[in-house]
Amino acid sequence: MSASKNSAADPTSVFPTSNIDPYSDEFLSNPYPYFEEIRSLGPLVRLEKYDCLVTADYGVVNEALRNHEVFCSSGGVGLTNFHKEKPWRPPSLVLETDPPEHTSSRQILSKVLSLPALKTLRDKFEQEAERFVSEVITSGAFDAVTDLAEVYPLKVFPDAVGLPTQGRENLLPYGSMVFNALGPRNHLFEVAFENAKPVQEWILFHCRKENLSADGLGAQIHRLAEEAGVPEEKACLLVRSVLSAGLDTTVNSIGSALYCFARYPQQWQALTEDVSLARNAFEEVIRFEGTAHSFYRTTTQAVTIAGMAILEGEKILVCLAGANRDPQKWQQPDQFLISRDCRGHAGFGIGIHACVGQMIARMEGESVLKALAKRVKTIKLAGEPVRRFNNSLRGLASLPVEVELI
Amino acid sequence: MVKVMYIEADGREYEVEIAAGDTVMQGAVDHLISGILAECGGSCSCATCHCYVDEAWVTKIPDPSDTEEDMLSAVEERKPTSRLSCQITMTDGLDGLVVRLPESQY
Repeated sequence: MSASKNSAADPTSVFPTSNIDPYSDEFLSNPYPYFEEIRSLGPLVRLEKYDCLVTADYGVVNEALRNHEVFCSSGGVGLTNFHKEKPWRPPSLVLETDPPEHTSSRQILSKVLSLPALKTLRDKFEQEAERFVSEVITSGAFDAVTDLAEVYPLKVFPDAVGLPTQGRENLLPYGSMVFNALGPRNHLFEVAFENAKPVQEWILFHCRKENLSADGLGAQIHRLAEEAGVPEEKACLLVRSVLSAGLDTTVNSIGSALYCFARYPQQWQALTEDVSLARNAFEEVIRFEGTAHSFYRTTTQAVTIAGMAILEGEKILVCLAGANRDPQKWQQPDQFLISRDCRGHAGFGIGIHACVGQMIARMEGESVLKALAKRVKTIKLAGEPVRRFNNSLRGLASLPVEVELI
Repeated sequence: MVKVMYIEADGREYEVEIAAGDTVMQGAVDHLISGILAECGGSCSCATCHCYVDEAWVTKIPDPSDTEEDMLSAVEERKPTSRLSCQITMTDGLDGLVVRLPESQY
């Protein structure tokens, strides 16, 4: 708590306040009514429980994320302020840094994950999607999360990075730790960190050059880092970024995609009639069911945004998923429409910290949806979906579905 | 408002008016010009809004940032006039800008 908070002259007193808890089960189960409530209170609202600001307004989200000098990331993109408290692990060299440090790290990752670089992986990603889809659909009923959304990325992504087959199961709990750690030290955090040590050890071991295959993305990161004169321990941290953010995100997004289509059968029909919509359909999933639903920024100086004065050193919860349903930006924001032009959504972030792996994520999502749309006529819920709670990731733990084949 | 001429790889030309302050990418998206995909929406993260700036205009546009330079190093068919259209902000001085679009963004 800041000492000046109760001062009458404090300009922060102008913010509307709310007792919404963005880490409560109610919020995490369905954050959308809360985003609406936050927007109805104002473009920036103070969350009483965490003494931080929050925004679910597209205009503010967009402006803040593009103004990375004032709304910085080096204070950590979670609730913890790294300028005041020690982070749980050495900060990420891309997610949790500002330029110029950020620029050189990002350069390496964006080269390795760029579209032309990914071209060589496309055939493999599509073939594997077809193989996994053929396997699960034969019985007519399967769990879209555990039987497809988890296993497909767990095959193609670590293969692409150059990880061994054994031990890959550590990637999901590690991602869960990373994303839960962006919230408070609540029960979700504690559960995620219960068995942290062996998971962390496995991850850090596999960030090292000698433990990665010679032809994968991980080895390429090491190679480019070496060429750029980046020390090896920093190159390991860059690989760690890929392992932290590259799997839970796509797993949850693919699971959410299936959940969307199970609820919107007409949209599924439209996709089966024109499979070329698969890429845009996945994009709409990211807008509609934002996977990484929020990140924090920390102000480096006093600033006015949307007519509101913010002090230096404020933490702001930037709700990407809220911005993606802002009616000021989107027509019928609560409708899932796979033909919608959803460019400009905030689901992969905006500005210099936008997801560096977004093109590989799109390739995974598109491959799975295409493979399914070619074979599956209808997708129906066959049981109650089970939500996977995470402080900053939205997704399901289980999604029983029934499919009818074409 | 300022004018931008987009020339698709097949020769189709589109002259559109966009607001000064908007990017060349945004102008293409708003006018449904298919040669610009702009998947990331203007964060310099996808390199699917690649264009070739007409020779006559190249020197009138500020040089690419390091980030744009990196993304450009990965586009297909890069030329000396290659730019990412999301990184070109229209000004009155750019009124009449001509950009050519590549055959494919992938």
